[in-house]
Amino acid sequence: MEKSAKPGYKSLLPNIAIHSVFLIYCLLVILPIIMVVIISFTDEGFLNIAGYRFIPGKMNLNAYIYIFTGNVTVLNAYAVTMLVTAAGTILNLIISSLLSYPLSRAEVKYRSRISFFVMFPLLFSGGMVPWYILISKYLHLSDNLLALIVPYAVSSVYVLIMRNFFRDLPDAIVEAARIDGSGEFNTFIAVILPLSKPIIATVGLFVGIFFWNDWYTCSLFISENKLFTLQYLLQIIMNQIAFLQGNDMLRGTLDNLPSESARMAACVLTVAPILFLYPFLQRYIVKGLTLGAVKT
Amino acid sequence: MIKTLKNLKNLKVNNPSYNSIMSKSFFKEMKKNKSFYIMMIPGLFVLFLFSYIPMVGVLIAFKNYSPSKGIIGSEWVGFKNFEFFFKSIDAFSVTINTISYNLVFLIIGLAISLMFAILIEQLSNKYLASFYKSVILIPYLFSWVVVAYILFAFLSPDKGFINYVLGLFGKEWISWYGDPIYWRFIIPISYIWKNVGYAMIILIAGITGISKDYYEAAEIDGANKFQQTVKITIPMIMPIVITLVLISAGKIFYANFGDWGMFYTLPKQSGILLPATDVIDTYIYRSLKDMGDFGISSAVGFYQSCVGCVLVLVSNYVVKKFDSESSIF
Repeated sequence: MEKSAKPGYKSLLPNIAIHSVFLIYCLLVILPIIMVVIISFTDEGFLNIAGYRFIPGKMNLNAYIYIFTGNVTVLNAYAVTMLVTAAGTILNLIISSLLSYPLSRAEVKYRSRISFFVMFPLLFSGGMVPWYILISKYLHLSDNLLALIVPYAVSSVYVLIMRNFFRDLPDAIVEAARIDGSGEFNTFIAVILPLSKPIIATVGLFVGIFFWNDWYTCSLFISENKLFTLQYLLQIIMNQIAFLQGNDMLRGTLDNLPSESARMAACVLTVAPILFLYPFLQRYIVKGLTLGAVKT
Repeated sequence: MIKTLKNLKNLKVNNPSYNSIMSKSFFKEMKKNKSFYIMMIPGLFVLFLFSYIPMVGVLIAFKNYSPSKGIIGSEWVGFKNFEFFFKSIDAFSVTINTISYNLVFLIIGLAISLMFAILIEQLSNKYLASFYKSVILIPYLFSWVVVAYILFAFLSPDKGFINYVLGLFGKEWISWYGDPIYWRFIIPISYIWKNVGYAMIILIAGITGISKDYYEAAEIDGANKFQQTVKITIPMIMPIVITLVLISAGKIFYANFGDWGMFYTLPKQSGILLPATDVIDTYIYRSLKDMGDFGISSAVGFYQSCVGCVLVLVSNYVVKKFDSESSIF
């Protein structure tokens, strides 16, 4: 620490070089995001003439007004995504923590066998097709929001991460609760969970981001417009533009589709929650990444 | 003969040690830790339903699946589905694409992450360092759909920023979505843009873990920053680097967990670009979703799962040899 506190002439130059490398890279990360935001605020007519630019031309809120008043689909998709994310994250946290706590207890005799049962799906999976057939044909969850939630109610990796966390809690706490006459389930709820807030927050964050970003489950099981998630709606809007550009004849008939700026506005609305929450959650994200990598 | 069987039966029923091995101890354990096992039921049920039952479904790969007849009722066709896939040109090209892209991601991605991690730890201004870290990690949280939009803002043939800049220099506009050759570069660049922060964070955690004593000792001996990096930092974090390499190498054919959304969303499903953008997961997804061909897509899925399983086991075996702490199993 002290050695870097007084940068002499020798270390000044490399320092500037390093800072400029990072400043340039950070610009490469931020500017594309800013550009999408600018496009979403740019006047449609201006976009059609000038194309996508960094320098804002004629700006207005038309795209957002269009989304919030004219086109209900985007708002609807927002509601669906929030519902799926909230329900999915809560369900996953409840089921995963309930599964991982007993796996951390030494007195559970079959814990290593059950751990293997939990881990094996990481090694071999039946693949996308049987999974798809099971959910759509046998469980009849097509066009049902449960199809977006229930298949991800447990994730083996997070169960193992949570198990490792619970295992590192001092055993004396559980013993003390037991002497006080607390049942195992009660101990878990009243003693262990309050101590495990950091790991619950970290895992919950990653699970939440997963649900928020998931478009592919929706693309497989949902065909009803009302139940589209935001990410899948974005995906569809993008395909439609490719489609539109290829077929000039159809342009008139598909007037109800979002136009250039509205499309980018939908994209901005999709990432906005993540970007706004990021400064507050960043600590947990970094911690979660390190946890997952060190040992799963 | 009958007598011996009877004896055996008696032995089973009356022998206390036999009972205690099999059922008694099981029930005793269930009773003793009842609440623990009840807690695990929902999770184990979900895993059984969504992970284990589909494993039986690999049978579809050997059948001519028809939705009306169901998995059991459909007729067996042996290896016909596999034959169809492996005889097509697709088998070769998607396999090569899958492997080569992942290798490029791995080598270039890790090299850049490592460089960033080392450089960021050199910075004396900790506030700026953590600012850089935060910014570089942002795209990791985006979905590939969102990245596809950002990419489109640059590459759109008539409105894109890059063609605009090319126009300023008097160059011809390029039809980015019309020629596969560009995508051999666009895909790795997009991958690195999105994911470089992830490996960087892990490597930084590794570098922070190196004891400061080594650096102090090196400083006393007159080693400069560059020498310290080459002689201390890099050798010390090599285990983490190699573990990351092996784990990612094992995951190349890793169904379900692979990060394949980019190959589907970034090129906007343009058929012209398929030679450069089709990987094994997109192949399965397309044959399932667009063509509705269950047999072939599950045959390809089975091929992927098997290769994936072998790769995970091999890489895990090597990791274990190298650094037993970091192995997955």
